[in-house]
Amino acid sequence: MNQKCIIIGASHGGVNCAFALRKEGYQGSIDLIDADPNLPYHRPPLSKTFLNEDLPISQYSLWAEESYSSENINLHLGKRVLRILPESKTIVLDTGEILPYDQVVLATGAKAIMPSLPGIEEAKNLYTLRTAADVVAIKERLKSLQNPEIAIIGAGFIGLETAASLRKLGHPVSLYEREERILSRVAAQPTADYFSALHQAHGVQLFPGKTLSSVSETGNRVTMIFTDGSTKVADLAIFGIGVRPAVRLAQEAGLTTDSGILIDDHCQSSIADIYALGDCCSFIHPRYRRLVRIESVQNAVDQAKLIAKNIMGQSLSYEALPWFWSDQYDTKLQMVGINQGYDNLVVRRELDNDRKLSVWYFEGTRLLAVDAINNAKAYVLGTKYMKEDRLLDKELLANPEVPLSK
Amino acid sequence: MSQIIFITQNQERYELSAESGSLMELAKANRISGIDGDCGGVCSCATCHIHIHPDHFEQLPAASEIELEMLELEDNVSDTSRLACQVKVQDAPEGLIVTVAN
Repeated sequence: MNQKCIIIGASHGGVNCAFALRKEGYQGSIDLIDADPNLPYHRPPLSKTFLNEDLPISQYSLWAEESYSSENINLHLGKRVLRILPESKTIVLDTGEILPYDQVVLATGAKAIMPSLPGIEEAKNLYTLRTAADVVAIKERLKSLQNPEIAIIGAGFIGLETAASLRKLGHPVSLYEREERILSRVAAQPTADYFSALHQAHGVQLFPGKTLSSVSETGNRVTMIFTDGSTKVADLAIFGIGVRPAVRLAQEAGLTTDSGILIDDHCQSSIADIYALGDCCSFIHPRYRRLVRIESVQNAVDQAKLIAKNIMGQSLSYEALPWFWSDQYDTKLQMVGINQGYDNLVVRRELDNDRKLSVWYFEGTRLLAVDAINNAKAYVLGTKYMKEDRLLDKELLANPEVPLSK
Repeated sequence: MSQIIFITQNQERYELSAESGSLMELAKANRISGIDGDCGGVCSCATCHIHIHPDHFEQLPAASEIELEMLELEDNVSDTSRLACQVKVQDAPEGLIVTVAN
């Protein structure tokens, strides 16, 4: 009898899982479901070229529409899954359809957080940036204004990339961060210092240490009030303060969740034949032996490919080294590893170019992660060193007179 | 309109033509095995590694420093390795032959 696989969520993880299943020879039906009505698209450009150029989202499709039909992948776009019923092995859609399954893959991702503060619900012109529709709404608002003034709340990657993209259009941008410095959750001080200077050089007004307390509408603009009593009036405010993993379906189906849907080393959830991947799930990373939830394209895609193989009867454990990138102005940041738990750093500044920097995170003598700024060599070598568990001489590493060696 | 020939690791041969975009996008549109392009074409993931035919290599604009560094430790790297996302169709000589590296 033919198997039936249902994949919930059609972004990088879900889509790659569907195509990987076909590549591995899955003969059954594949149903790929997402509430987003757009043909699945690349998400990283949303805060970059999709925001500041005028191409439609169809230019950023992960695959052409014909590819889904020729691989016999049934796309259900604009439909929401209401329930997963593990006892009857069915799922219920908001269209009333009930689909039986043999395997379910949860690739539900995460939702951008809008803070619950006084005035937020009533005020217009507040945006998050997670989906194509979010960005289309931001672009429409920008187009309706002569010289839009923008406030961004949150100086993580989304906030910083959005600031860079909007500065490229010449708009005034003020960037507010609750912590005392930017990138506080994800990178060490030297990396943050580089990006602070970069954004200031490009005219971004940076305000670290500012916590939003409320917002109110002022005509067609929005006034933000901070806990120190200061205020900012802007034409629009974009929130990049983080995401919540989409775990409701999993919880209602009885799956164990922690910070996300808990999966084992095979990317299998606590209930048989239900797998999960990407931003929505948590797992113990074997290299770091800590519970992690990773928000990146790489993690979603690598877990998707592994799940496809495991559904096809293999028994593979997920141990991929996480990597990530961010492009801002003409700077490329590449990160590899997980820096949580680091207790010492090596900072390396190359002699030939003062824009080239690499930050090496150690726990004792063990290399945990590398931030490579305009320095792909540090990124690829850092990756290699970590894979080999190489013991590094930190003095040599910090010395730019000594080239990084293979 | 340029004609570009892709040869995969399984020796499948694709004769494709396009007017714009990158070789990675062209390969993806034709579902050529071994070209993933996971980063969407921004020289960040090295999942679109190709070898340019030696007769054509010099005819292409040179790779950037970042591209060369990304390739340096890739499996199957050669003197004519490139990332397909960094090669534009409009720069390709007519009849360009590329071999997918993975």
